[in-house]
Amino acid sequence: MATIVEPTIFELSSPGRLGVTMPASDVPEVALPPKDLLRSELPLPELAEVDVVRHYTKLSKFNYSVDDGFYPLGSCTMKYNPKINEDTCRLPGYLFTHPLQPVETVQGNLALMFELQDWLKEISGFAGVTLQPAAGAHGEFTGVLMMAAYHKLRGDTKRTKMLIPDAAHGTNPASVGMLGYSVVTIPSDSRGNVDLKALEAACDGTVVGMMLTNPNTLGMFDENIEKVIALVHKCGGLMYGDGANLNALLGIVRPGDLGFDVMHFNLHKTFSVPHGGGGPGSGPVGVSQHLVDFLPSPLVGIIEEGDDDTAPLYGFISPKNSIGRMKAFHGHFGGGLVRAYTYIAMHGPDGLKAISQYAVLNANYLQARLRDTYHIPYDRICMHEFVMEGQFAGSDIRALDIAKRLMDYKFHPPTNYFPLIVHEALMIEPTETENKDTLDRFADALIKIAEEAKTQPDLVKNAPSTTPFGRMDEVKAARELVLCCWLPENYEEMV
Amino acid sequence: MNTPSNLKYTKSDEWFDPSTGAVGITDYAQGQLSDIVFVELLVDEGEEVTAGKAIASVESVKASAEIYAPAAGKVSAVNKGLSDKPEILNSDPFGEGWMIKIEGGSAGDVMDAAAYVTYCEGRAH
Repeated sequence: MATIVEPTIFELSSPGRLGVTMPASDVPEVALPPKDLLRSELPLPELAEVDVVRHYTKLSKFNYSVDDGFYPLGSCTMKYNPKINEDTCRLPGYLFTHPLQPVETVQGNLALMFELQDWLKEISGFAGVTLQPAAGAHGEFTGVLMMAAYHKLRGDTKRTKMLIPDAAHGTNPASVGMLGYSVVTIPSDSRGNVDLKALEAACDGTVVGMMLTNPNTLGMFDENIEKVIALVHKCGGLMYGDGANLNALLGIVRPGDLGFDVMHFNLHKTFSVPHGGGGPGSGPVGVSQHLVDFLPSPLVGIIEEGDDDTAPLYGFISPKNSIGRMKAFHGHFGGGLVRAYTYIAMHGPDGLKAISQYAVLNANYLQARLRDTYHIPYDRICMHEFVMEGQFAGSDIRALDIAKRLMDYKFHPPTNYFPLIVHEALMIEPTETENKDTLDRFADALIKIAEEAKTQPDLVKNAPSTTPFGRMDEVKAARELVLCCWLPENYEEMV
Repeated sequence: MNTPSNLKYTKSDEWFDPSTGAVGITDYAQGQLSDIVFVELLVDEGEEVTAGKAIASVESVKASAEIYAPAAGKVSAVNKGLSDKPEILNSDPFGEGWMIKIEGGSAGDVMDAAAYVTYCEGRAH
């Protein structure tokens, strides 16, 4: 086993070492506040600049990112993020502006936001879009607030239940809980669709709406989507779309056309904004015509029309029954919006459609290559991802062991143990950015691991063995929480 | 899989002891969850619960799950030590791992041990 262990920055500290030399003081010294007002339990490490740089450079080499290799984390759409995004979001006009500048001085930024709102509307089939939400779950919360406001304005106050399929992301019930609504879980049927009978039984006058991810977290496009939406609408509920899996649909199906009333976009998944430690997310929300008046305020709009010679004047407008502001300022502008705008502009309509076609093709190729080796419980043509079982009859190898062993083959593991409706789930989303060679290497590795599970089970159970650190003790880490950088004096009592 | 014959079981994998009123999660449930790292009891002594009400929240390294009351009645005792030692739910789910006791409890939708075994077998794909 590799034993490259880097000490912590505190262990590297040596009293008196400095990164800077302070100039002689040219102001009189004053006494510190009384001792009992000073904290002594937060030591700062003492190191020279070069030691700090080397420490963090070493740690950065332990990292694994989509720029290192394949990252098939299901439902996360870890696509490659084109480097031109990094150039555009650093253009001085975007970088050196302040959100409180007069609108006349930031017309370029507002034009970009206005156009991005329009593009997202066109891509999704919705009538209005807010760019404010900071991330996907924040977008969900924004959407559910608008659904609540819609019912409230109509005096329809008996609605307190949200229908959520058992394949849903955990953020869906969490967002609903934030509003004090209760969650009714709707099971999936044997083909991975929403169980229509269970849905029909749950639909009544107390339903706020339904939150549905389509394609769902099994990677399945719901074959009865129009019936599902019709049932929810029939009982007066609204249909929320979790846009986490939009990467399968660009240019092919528009959620607004299907009848969804609200949907959040994950710009950090579908539109190549870095995520997973790479930066903040961005979760714009689109709504159909009957909800546009509830959108968060402000939206970017045209406040003075232009003509052939003059550009329009962009500014901020407030929808009539707005739920209010969801975020200070205007969303993750440079980090999210400029990158997503760049990505959409670089691809154009045909390019966006090709993204989804290749994402779906790649997932189906991997599924076809692995079908004979791993059990795939919902085995039909998948969309951009699929879920297989990481277990074999007569073997005690589990999904976690397979995921860890993949690290020895230099791949990031897929999502494991989600969705919960599949035993020992391994959820694989290759994205459109991988070529056939990479997909083949990944499938070969998984097939080899299945063989190893029979012939050398200990190798798999003890994996990874080629990484800087071996198998982490997740149970100990969760049960014995020590959330500080050095061991407190009473550590023994704590655990 | 251990399924004591004196207990009643729910489809959501709780057990209920009609003679003592004790409630917990089944051996099947702890096996599916794997190592349990957190448990929070959501009801207090003296509280009235209805069958199906969430009484506890459990987290493992794999998943989190709500635990529901298998019977209606008054909570006569809660196992306060559990939150400090969630691993007891793995090692002794039917004994030391009891969660609450429901006094005068009338069982909700429960089945006997044989029916529960059949039900669990049907879920293993």
